[in-house]
Amino acid sequence: MAGKTLYDKLWDDHLVMSRDDGSALLYIDRQLLHEVTSPQAFEGLRIAGRQPWRISANLATPDHNVPTTVDEREVGIEGIVDPVSKIQVQTLDDNCSEFGITQYAMKDIRQGIVHVVGPEQGATLPGMTVVCGDSHTATHGAFGALAHGIGTSEVEHVLASQCLVAKKMKNMRVRVDGTLGHGVTAKDIVLAVIGKIGTAGGTGCAIEFAGTAIEALSMEGRMTICNMAIEAGARVGLVAVDNTTIEYVKGRPFAPEGVEWEAAVNYWHTLHSDVDAIFDYEVILNACDIQPQVTWGTSPEMVAPVGSVVPDPEAEDDATKAEGIRRALQYMGLEAGQLLTSIKLDRVFIGSCTNSRIEDLRAAAVVVKGRKVADTIKQAMVVPGSGLVKQQAEKEGLDKIFVEAGLEWREPGCSMCLAMNADKLGEGEHCASTSNRNFEGRQGFGGRTHLVSPAMAAAAAVAGYFVDVRDLVKDKQEERA
Amino acid sequence: MKAFTVHKGLVAPLDRANVDTDMIIPKQFLKSIKRTGFGKNLFDELRYTDAGEADQDCSGRPLNNDFVLNQPRYKGVSVLLARQNFGCGSSREHAPWALDDFGFRCVIAPSFADIFFNNCFKNGLLPIVFSEEQVDELFVACEGEEGYSLTIDLKRQVVVKPDGSELAFEIDSFRKECLVNGLDEIGLTLRESGAIKTFEDKHQQRFPWLFKELNA
Repeated sequence: MAGKTLYDKLWDDHLVMSRDDGSALLYIDRQLLHEVTSPQAFEGLRIAGRQPWRISANLATPDHNVPTTVDEREVGIEGIVDPVSKIQVQTLDDNCSEFGITQYAMKDIRQGIVHVVGPEQGATLPGMTVVCGDSHTATHGAFGALAHGIGTSEVEHVLASQCLVAKKMKNMRVRVDGTLGHGVTAKDIVLAVIGKIGTAGGTGCAIEFAGTAIEALSMEGRMTICNMAIEAGARVGLVAVDNTTIEYVKGRPFAPEGVEWEAAVNYWHTLHSDVDAIFDYEVILNACDIQPQVTWGTSPEMVAPVGSVVPDPEAEDDATKAEGIRRALQYMGLEAGQLLTSIKLDRVFIGSCTNSRIEDLRAAAVVVKGRKVADTIKQAMVVPGSGLVKQQAEKEGLDKIFVEAGLEWREPGCSMCLAMNADKLGEGEHCASTSNRNFEGRQGFGGRTHLVSPAMAAAAAVAGYFVDVRDLVKDKQEERA
Repeated sequence: MKAFTVHKGLVAPLDRANVDTDMIIPKQFLKSIKRTGFGKNLFDELRYTDAGEADQDCSGRPLNNDFVLNQPRYKGVSVLLARQNFGCGSSREHAPWALDDFGFRCVIAPSFADIFFNNCFKNGLLPIVFSEEQVDELFVACEGEEGYSLTIDLKRQVVVKPDGSELAFEIDSFRKECLVNGLDEIGLTLRESGAIKTFEDKHQQRFPWLFKELNA
């Protein structure tokens, strides 16, 4: 019999029962909750007179709606200017109090984007099943955890039963071997993968990211990659557990200790695909071929290396794709054949569950250090992923580097990634963004999003248009400085 | 959940691939804490020419007359014909809530994004997958004939065309059972409480560190 994939192992260890039709009940170890997709789930529990199955499995924090300016934040929930946002954040607060669920509320230093907070607290551990009413829950797969983004009905289902009705997915492996070039990051890897397999390339699959280039990444980098598995259509992204994982988890508030730590580590070392495991699909990329990436269109698959040009729909054989390109160019206000480096930018956003961790902020700070944001940029903002990331960055003096360069240093939250709070793009504005979706209107009505790495976003802020970060930060020496 | 057995309805074609959930219901409308009322903002940025705000009265907003759902011939539509990878992106269940609230009972496409597909079944909305060729034919038929309607017979797993010919579709038996009977999935799962508890006890013995209390 062939060996098991990492996904197979995680599935088997959480399988409560299989049904005849191939669906199954999976036991869920951790549910993360935020204000947007939970109110109707709590309401459902109340209407049905149900109680949460295991309260301590849940952890909540508001992130999508929270304002990121100091003025609004200092006051707490009462300080949220938008009345509709205020109700939603208040509702999370009320629900957590009513059901006794641990919440890092808006003024707590541990508050932040759920997908930053979970790992930071050790509330995400290797071998866990994690769910959250947010598609970027795939992030937690970086720990060798089986993490699913779910809808609100499923949030309610997991609250009530600690189980998710699931159907086993197919196994896909994306291997990235070799060494990344200077200035090329995890974000560029995942954008290149999406460019290669498309936004539906991983539909119905759990994608395991493997290969020497993935093994060489920090946990922050692995989280960036798994985070965007959903942008390739896969609900689940995974990376095998290794010493990098275990070192990251060690000493976190909810990590096991003592004898339990030893037992956990022994188990975690089994969380990798067996050498003879069979994958349904395999995709291979060579790390040294990957260049800094920039999206030019309205889907994450519409991406190209920074040195290339906007594609021509006439050159596309597939009629549906050609139509998609035509529509995207019209929305983005770009011409076929135009150099990506000729795209002038209005705003820069460094943040989101994809790229708001300390390593991301360091990478951006290196680029802007001693430089100034271009006069033509209306706004460049840095939004740390959590209060603790913010604190660490300030300890390292990164906030000063950003502010001196002319970037705004904000309070933690999802912010302009989806523009549910006041941070948004104006109509027709181009934004270099470290977030995950460049859909029409995602960052504001008529807004034009270009997805890039933190280093590329920082370089764009300084230049006012896209530049190859490798031309700005010439060598590894400076990168570390 | 409302049951779905047989439904006959007017079909509207949305000729666009990779329709994402941000497009189905933009983020500013996700601030509601209710499950209803999203219909007026379904496809907001395609439907109206201005930028919509939460809690806004939409009756006087300028319409995009080119958008399919604004054409008089599709008034009263309940079946949406769509292209590949429909519902990609965010997990927001507000997308099926908005489709349902607008009056849709069924979406037909060559492929759907996973989370959206799942979410539909929780809300009495039936997503049906046909091949690219079959969907192409339906687009031609639907655009060519005003008042083009389809009958969806879930029990028999067929879509009946106006000429009486039928297209068979696949659906998981558990999901079909839940839809046909309008069953509450949580109630069904909780019938297995004993098995869940037994599993949980064993799981806790094996992985005690997963049951650590999260103290505020």
